[in-house]
Amino acid sequence: MAPVTRPLFDPPIVRRAVRDAFRKLDLRHMVRNPVMFVVLVGSVLTTLVLARDLIEGRTAIGFTLQIALWLWFTVVFANFAEAMAEGRGKAQADTLRRSRSQTLAKKLDDPRERTRTRSVGAAELRRGDVVLCQPGDLIPGDGEVIEGVASVDESAITGESAPVIRESGGDRSAVTGGTRVLSDFLVVRITANPGETFLDRMIGLVEGAKRQKTPNEIALIILLSGLTIVFLLAVVTLQPFAIYSGGAVSIPILVALLVCLIPTTIGGLLSAIGIAGMDRMIQHNVIAMSGRAVEAAGDVDTLLLDKTGTITLGNRQAVAFVPADGVPPQALADAAQLASLADETPEGRSIVVLAKTGYGLRERDITGLGASFIPFSAQTRLSGVNVDGRRIRKGASDAIEAFVSEQGGTTPSGVRAAVEAIAREGGTPLVVAEGGRTLGVIHLKDIVKGGIKERFAELRRMGIKTVMITGDNPLTAAAVAAEAGVDDFLAQAKPEDKMALIKREQAGGRLVAMTGDGTNDAPALAQADVAVAMNSGTQAAKEAGNLIDLDSNPTKLIEVVEIGKQLLITRGSLTTFSIANDVAKYFAIIPAMFMATYPALQALNIMRLHSAESAILSAVVFNALIIIALIPLALRGVRWRPAPASTILRRNLWIYGVGGILIPFAGIKVLDVLLTLLHLA
Amino acid sequence: MTPNGWLQILVFWAAVLLVTKPMGLYILRVYDGSLRWLGPVERAIYRWCGVDPAEDQHWTRYAAGLLVFSAASMLATYVALRLQAHLPLNPFHRVAVTDRQAFETAASFTTNTNWQSYSGETVMSYLSQMMQLAFHNFTSAASGMAAAMALARGLSRRSAGRIGNVWTDLVRGTLYLFLPFSFVLALLFVQQGVIQNVHPYATATTLEGAKQVLAMGPVASQEAIKQLGTNGGGFFNANAAHPFENPTPWTNFLSMLAIFLVPAGLTYTFGRMVKNPRHGWALWAAMFVLFAAGVGAAYWAEARGNPIHAARGVNVVASATNPGGNMEGKEVRFGIANSALYATVTTDASCGAVNAMHDSFTPLGGLVPLVNIQLGELIFGGVGSGLYGMLVMAVLTVFIAGLTVGRTPEYLGKKIQSREVRMAMLYVLIFPAVILVFTAVSAVLPAGLKGPGNGGPHGLSEILYAFTSVTGNNGSAFAGLTGTTTYYNTMLGLGTLFGRFAMMVPMLALAGFLSERKIVPASAGTFPVSSPLFVALLVGVILIVGALTFFPALSLGPVVEHLLMGAGRLF
Repeated sequence: MAPVTRPLFDPPIVRRAVRDAFRKLDLRHMVRNPVMFVVLVGSVLTTLVLARDLIEGRTAIGFTLQIALWLWFTVVFANFAEAMAEGRGKAQADTLRRSRSQTLAKKLDDPRERTRTRSVGAAELRRGDVVLCQPGDLIPGDGEVIEGVASVDESAITGESAPVIRESGGDRSAVTGGTRVLSDFLVVRITANPGETFLDRMIGLVEGAKRQKTPNEIALIILLSGLTIVFLLAVVTLQPFAIYSGGAVSIPILVALLVCLIPTTIGGLLSAIGIAGMDRMIQHNVIAMSGRAVEAAGDVDTLLLDKTGTITLGNRQAVAFVPADGVPPQALADAAQLASLADETPEGRSIVVLAKTGYGLRERDITGLGASFIPFSAQTRLSGVNVDGRRIRKGASDAIEAFVSEQGGTTPSGVRAAVEAIAREGGTPLVVAEGGRTLGVIHLKDIVKGGIKERFAELRRMGIKTVMITGDNPLTAAAVAAEAGVDDFLAQAKPEDKMALIKREQAGGRLVAMTGDGTNDAPALAQADVAVAMNSGTQAAKEAGNLIDLDSNPTKLIEVVEIGKQLLITRGSLTTFSIANDVAKYFAIIPAMFMATYPALQALNIMRLHSAESAILSAVVFNALIIIALIPLALRGVRWRPAPASTILRRNLWIYGVGGILIPFAGIKVLDVLLTLLHLA
Repeated sequence: MTPNGWLQILVFWAAVLLVTKPMGLYILRVYDGSLRWLGPVERAIYRWCGVDPAEDQHWTRYAAGLLVFSAASMLATYVALRLQAHLPLNPFHRVAVTDRQAFETAASFTTNTNWQSYSGETVMSYLSQMMQLAFHNFTSAASGMAAAMALARGLSRRSAGRIGNVWTDLVRGTLYLFLPFSFVLALLFVQQGVIQNVHPYATATTLEGAKQVLAMGPVASQEAIKQLGTNGGGFFNANAAHPFENPTPWTNFLSMLAIFLVPAGLTYTFGRMVKNPRHGWALWAAMFVLFAAGVGAAYWAEARGNPIHAARGVNVVASATNPGGNMEGKEVRFGIANSALYATVTTDASCGAVNAMHDSFTPLGGLVPLVNIQLGELIFGGVGSGLYGMLVMAVLTVFIAGLTVGRTPEYLGKKIQSREVRMAMLYVLIFPAVILVFTAVSAVLPAGLKGPGNGGPHGLSEILYAFTSVTGNNGSAFAGLTGTTTYYNTMLGLGTLFGRFAMMVPMLALAGFLSERKIVPASAGTFPVSSPLFVALLVGVILIVGALTFFPALSLGPVVEHLLMGAGRLF
């Protein structure tokens, strides 16, 4: 799925949302949102009063009519907000569905007989079936490669156009239905029945069809329902007080007061905020398997980050040559470059490049030299070249030491010291020798990604601890950790160690987030509170994770946390705003309600609203329009910058708390002036 | 308002600040069991009652214990009041208290309310006063403290729903906290002239030569615990306005300080228990801000007096010889500043003792005590109940605003989720539900309309105040309401019970649920609960939730009365 940046009010989405807003008036849907259900009941009640007034032929029904209309609008506006949030997901789901076109699969009845294929529809494939995929074929379903290596175009899922390699065995064996084989062939064992594939699940998640309320949403709904009951009591008991005081209040006015007081703003926008949060994840190419995962992302206390790829660039690079005593630096550089010409690893390339940039040694044509290359092996732990009778080797210091003494030489103490010094700094020393003579040491170093230190500092300000996970020895790990500015590190990490670390953090009450892709990551992913699985990873890893990063970019974890926080901040800010709004509405409605009974209460009409009708109507209209006005904020999320909680709190309280108290005063006054000008009240 | 008046208020504020920490440390030692100087007595009580003091109880068991204990003692008091004619220490042959009044009184004293629809000196025997009512003054205070300790434990530790032992909490609170402090305070009162005897009533000849009967009794001992336990039930009908209960400015000052002593100290105790003393002070500060605002408003309104008086040429300006302002219903020996301060203290702290008649305050002056109670009796509040009321509001504050920092809400490291919110909302909901529904019913039923002694908005204020007072377990009377009818005795009695137990049970459930949550260590990303910002936010939430609930009722009562007074109308 290509990352789509849709305008907020995309006309087709708006059209669909308008339709859905009315469709959602269905009682079965409304009853799931207690706050808006109360508004619906109020609208019905007011409409009934209106009908009675019409039948009895009373005059001055304009006011009741307008109240009734605006109450209905309030309900529809809230539905519209939810439909808008869903609409964006639905549009994306439609794009996904297109890639699930009716594919024909080449089914192998006998996996060993690759020539005997049978053509079946993709929808008929079941778990355990084996299919052959050749260049140009769409892979018919999720599965595991059991034979072959091929490049696969996964852009339909990830939006990434560069093809990826899929091969049997190891961590790159999972394939996703709907992706296309570009070269070679794959024999794939199907692992998901139709309707249960990754693509299907993704469509379901994106559409919000299987969306369940998150724990925090449930808690918030309880709070909002509780407040609704409080206000219901305040309004219902107001009638006896009014009767005592000598003037009953009409039903539409009581309903108007109730609807203005109950938290309709947040009640109407709550589910839109949640859906939009998942949608923002999707825009970052992360699929949240549940809303709960998005919420937990905001809560994370500890981030476990793999060193390689997240904190450092994929590989180590040569940064210096340290010659042995009496060896000219030029000679060491020359030998190092010769030994690395055939070494296609990034480390090898970096040595060649350093020799060229640092010592002006041009890259030589390896075939022209008539050299024979000694490849790296796990036994010898060194590599090198034999050329013109020169036997040049590079490798770990103990391996080279063994090689040198075999040739009758000794390792000078200066080289040993250099090796230790490099290791202490967190670098990797590679010793270069020619025959029995040790020439010097190459300093290989992890290169920390640009800007990552600042990211970690931001995380620390937000109270999030970063832990670097690496297979390196503690010395190297400590040096990289210090350079990258992580809070802690786990060196020589085995999967069990990672698991133990997660459990330890959790026992201390912290929430842990991590990324992973390999099968051996699966248990840790399952244990972590927020587990981002790489889409390029194994099926086991993807099943253990609760978020899937389609770009397979481990740095994404930080963005995931930020999106989670943004979701929670938006929810909290609008809740605060919604409750703070009530103050102004009281000052509009209460004096208007009792204008006849106690004219003295006009002293509370501090907005100087024109008349009782205009005051009540303005409050109701404001209450309805504010939902529409806040839809963009609910969908986009509140803007925020990483900062300590106290700073964020102060900022948001000024905007949404104090602002929430003041804005309705201005808004209601403006509406009152407008309504009076238009002779609507 | 006079400089002297403000000086007295400032001295009181300083005194409250000074006693908080030492008192808090003492309470901490009372409830962690490190005080042992009454060990033999304590152990004997446990043995005699068959209680295992080492048991750490689940919240359900803890709540059941409190309810059973309260029900049993309430029943005992009811029976004793009904049989008072046949019991000893009844020199004036007081007859049985009527059925409904006995119910109401038993409920009222069991719930730490001490709403009194009787005059102590004409209805109660000495035994009833000393054994029954004084007993409840101690135990209802101890049970409030126990419940607060339970919630504090739920927040401070992780224990699978276990929140302490109700029996040891009740016994320790009574033995080490309320008994010794009352003993000392009673002696101080006696030194100042509060009476303490079981003599027959004395007869005096007044200056005009008339005979007057002066009621006697063991007043000082009851007076001490009445203040310390925020009970408020006076020995005499006039309560602390009576010169035998509250004779001098010193007894007045000590009384007010005694009311705030335990609730203020408890904030410090709590801070220490949750290992965040700064948070304890933040709660104290939130309480203090609301308290200071109340004092200021009440003092201003009373010192300003009634504009109608001024318009008729009455001198309402304070001078060396004229207290000025509104002196109706106030004792000359206390004056306006100390009456306004006392009214604020007693209603902030669910005490309910009065040294002036709130009914005679100006509408806005009377609004202050009413609002103080309606905010939930958490401005220092009742002993224990003030703290737990404030903590429930803190939980709600953190839940409402906590999300704005980008984490799901947590309070002192405990995640606040649906179970916790449900209980907190239940607690917050029951209080206005009882007040508003009972007041609304009484405002339209003929039986209810017989109560208020005045008409118009003032009458509504009287009904509203009565139900607010009993549901808030305050017990102060606005006066003016005839509460001795069957209807009011029943409704007000029920109000005290709902206001105490229907709120205490969800609160204990909250304590239990919180104890099951693990404690998330604080970090820079944690919602700050010790900063001035939090104090402002907490005060804001308390005001908005309280105000939004009661604003319509108040606007038809004291608010409109005030506005009409400005227009020259009185009720």
